[in-house]
Amino acid sequence: MSARDVEFRSPCALAPTAEVRENDTMSINQLVFDPPALDPMTSAPPRAVDALAAPERMRLHDISVFYDGVPAVKKASLSIHKGEVLALIGPSGCGKTTLLRTLNRLTELTPNASHSGTITLDGEDIHDLEDTKLRTRVSMVFQQPNPFPMSIFDNVAFALREQSRRRPRRRELEPLVKQALQRAGLYDEVANNLDRPALRLSGGQQQRLCIARAIANNPEILLMDEPCSALDPRSTSVIEDLILQLRNDLAIVIVTHNLQQARRIADRVAFMYIGDLVELGDARQVFEEPREERTREYVAGAFG
Amino acid sequence: MLERFRRPWSDNRAERLLGAVACLTAIAIVLMVVFVAERAWPTFSHEGLSWLGSGGSLDSQVNAMVNTSATPPASAYFLRAWPLIYGTLLTAGFAVIFGLAISLLTAIFIVDFAPRRVQQVMTPVIRLLASIPSVVYGLVGILVLVPFVGNHLITAGEKASVANVIQLTGAGLMVSVVILTVMVTPIMTALITDALGSVPRSWHEGAVALGLNPLRATIAVSLRAIRPAIVAAAALATARAIGEAIVIDMVSGGNAFTPKPQDGLIFLFEPLRTLASEIIDQSENISEPALRSSIYAFALLLMFSGFMLSIASRLVRRPLRKYELSN
Amino acid sequence: MAGGETQSVQVLVAPPRSGGRRSSVRSWRRSDQLIFACAWAAGLGLCLVAGAIVVFLAVEGLQYLDPTLLVTSPSASVNQAGSGGFLDPLIGTITMAALGTLIATPLAVLTAVWVVEYGRPRWLAAAVETSIEMIAGTPDIVIAIFGLAFFQLGILAPFSFRASGGGVYGRSFLAAGIMMSLLALPLTYSATRNGLRAIPRQQREASYALGKTRASTIRRVLLPSLRPDIATGATLGLGRIVGSTAIVVLLLGATLQNSPQNSVPLLGFLRGTGSTLTSYIFFNSPAGEGNAPQKAYAAAFVLLLIVLGLNWAVGRISRIGGGASLHAGRMAR
Repeated sequence: MSARDVEFRSPCALAPTAEVRENDTMSINQLVFDPPALDPMTSAPPRAVDALAAPERMRLHDISVFYDGVPAVKKASLSIHKGEVLALIGPSGCGKTTLLRTLNRLTELTPNASHSGTITLDGEDIHDLEDTKLRTRVSMVFQQPNPFPMSIFDNVAFALREQSRRRPRRRELEPLVKQALQRAGLYDEVANNLDRPALRLSGGQQQRLCIARAIANNPEILLMDEPCSALDPRSTSVIEDLILQLRNDLAIVIVTHNLQQARRIADRVAFMYIGDLVELGDARQVFEEPREERTREYVAGAFG
Repeated sequence: MLERFRRPWSDNRAERLLGAVACLTAIAIVLMVVFVAERAWPTFSHEGLSWLGSGGSLDSQVNAMVNTSATPPASAYFLRAWPLIYGTLLTAGFAVIFGLAISLLTAIFIVDFAPRRVQQVMTPVIRLLASIPSVVYGLVGILVLVPFVGNHLITAGEKASVANVIQLTGAGLMVSVVILTVMVTPIMTALITDALGSVPRSWHEGAVALGLNPLRATIAVSLRAIRPAIVAAAALATARAIGEAIVIDMVSGGNAFTPKPQDGLIFLFEPLRTLASEIIDQSENISEPALRSSIYAFALLLMFSGFMLSIASRLVRRPLRKYELSN
Repeated sequence: MAGGETQSVQVLVAPPRSGGRRSSVRSWRRSDQLIFACAWAAGLGLCLVAGAIVVFLAVEGLQYLDPTLLVTSPSASVNQAGSGGFLDPLIGTITMAALGTLIATPLAVLTAVWVVEYGRPRWLAAAVETSIEMIAGTPDIVIAIFGLAFFQLGILAPFSFRASGGGVYGRSFLAAGIMMSLLALPLTYSATRNGLRAIPRQQREASYALGKTRASTIRRVLLPSLRPDIATGATLGLGRIVGSTAIVVLLLGATLQNSPQNSVPLLGFLRGTGSTLTSYIFFNSPAGEGNAPQKAYAAAFVLLLIVLGLNWAVGRISRIGGGASLHAGRMAR
């Protein structure tokens, strides 16, 4: 009996695939406290097969990124589809984060950064869009949780307030904030006092707050740069479950160092090595039957 | 005997000696309060708090006090210091408000908008402005600004209209506020810029990643984060503005007048005097007992407001601190 | 999908670009645009003001400055415009700076060392820190007035002299110099304290592990590396002393020339009255009695040069030492 014969029961099979309704928050807690036993060698969840059939959201064509003329990413091309989780894996310093940051043009914050190639979002070249507008459609969660020095409510409402021409009333914002916190799986823990300073939360809670903040504006794509690397295992699994829930509504691109994590949550996987996009494919295929030699070595743990 | 000094010192001895030296500073403050209060005491014992009120022309009161004898009777203490207090509040208040606005804008400029070259120039510029001695500011004020205001900004009609009460020479509220603002702005700008620079980059980047333009990101996040530093800067500036004696003495006019806002535009040009400048002005007469105690009373007031400001800024910082990852 | 081997980037379809369409200022909200404009105005305005002051002083000062002024004493006449230089004030400034710094620096360093390295009992350390903060926040004029009250005490007559009426005059170089040290004290103290705190704990622990006492650790290990910080703090204090006027006007007597108290070489000079550049400027301006704005400009220019020189020195010293104590240093994003 090989590993492939074992039916993988994703914890998310227990969760509803439809829109998260108000009373469904209990399911996440259930998942945290009674996680089903996972065989680490099992493949990605069955949904992966449908990933490419969903509408394409972003497409990268021959993207190269240079810092001071030195290429950090070399001619990468890939597509991102609605409803999928795309994991960027690879050893440190191989361009994963750089590639992620080009998706919302955050590389422009670095002086001496330049790029070539095209990236389109729903058909439009993102460099023809205004950068502020782009970033409301493509949100990002960072490696270190970085909640602003304000209350929980103000953090989540932050982008909502800034986007509108006139200052929205708190009454108008409350349902939106609540919904974002629920989708991020944080609402129950903080509902009693949303005006507490956000910096008082624990690390895992802060990161979920950052996720809530990022999705408050209903972006089309959520970028995550190693969101769990600074967190303990309990918080990590909470957030992974979150990701699997969130992908119902948006596309998620996640950079991760952690191969097991990629196995657990990714639909498709892209392996990058020293700036090259070496292999791209279904999670199952990349982990079980990698086409490239280097992918095989990396996945087997030969280097990292 | 020198042997004792050449042997390595024991920790105890070193500690006690150093501690004694350190205590000198605490002793200095205590002495300051004691000496100033002691000489100011006669004023308060004779007049009580009505000393702080207003009534009559300060100048004539002062002149009258100059010629009293060595042990003046109780009736000789009749100074009403309100005009000076008012003048101090007016000049320092305006200067700090304008200065704070300019400092915030300059700090944002340096951190967000200035091109690299300009950024590098700004540090020496601020340091230069902060280190120009006050007497030099006063000189420029009295030789350039005052004649300019007096000859070009005040009309002859305005001068005539108040000629029977005061002389409008240009030296007055406006020039005082302008120079004081220029004097306190560099300190505040330096503190605020420093604080802005030490805000974690991740906050600004996070705000930009949410779709804000860099200016809004700075205002909404970084400025909020450094509110304690802003308060501290304002307190420091206020202390400096209140205590500035030389400059005000040079540019505020020869009259301890109380500028009245009801006078309209002329309000800006009316002369005034502050507590600090009055001390300088009357320093030759300091041996006259009655006047002397009033002068020390001015100083006492200034000293206490300085202490109050530093305590207040500490108190305000603490509650603000719990919201931020503060300095 | 990219191929397997590492491909060097050879032919690119289009040359690399640095960025895309930025949200230009034109598309910002009205209020943001206003702030943008005002921020630029404020920044450039400050530069303009600084430049204008320096240029103005240079032009006016150089007009009237000639080297003889630096070496002649002010004339005793009421008409200052005609004659005399400012040698005495120059000597006065130098004396004051030297005196104030010589007193303040050891005091500040020893206090900082005690607070950081010992600091027991706790309430005493807190009291000392608070006192220094209060001294820093006290206006110059209050310090001057205090000095006057203090040095007019009978027992302190040796610091100045007894006037003919029998009262202690209370004004002299010594009196002013001692009060000046209060100005410099907080600055030197902060610089030293920050420098001490920046020294990693391991250095001290290494020394203790070798069996040295705390006192000798301080002397041999810590103090040598503190030299740049102490120098920075002392220079900052120097700058403040050189620029102070209120203390001079109140505590140095109102004489334009330096008048020693008696003929004892140094002590007589220090017990006497005199002037410094700052009081010289004050008295020669329309605010004082003299009527010589030209002299005032010349002296102001010299003073500015001295202050700029000290500023530059602070910059050099702190850069050499990697000073932990300088403000307004970090501005890059």
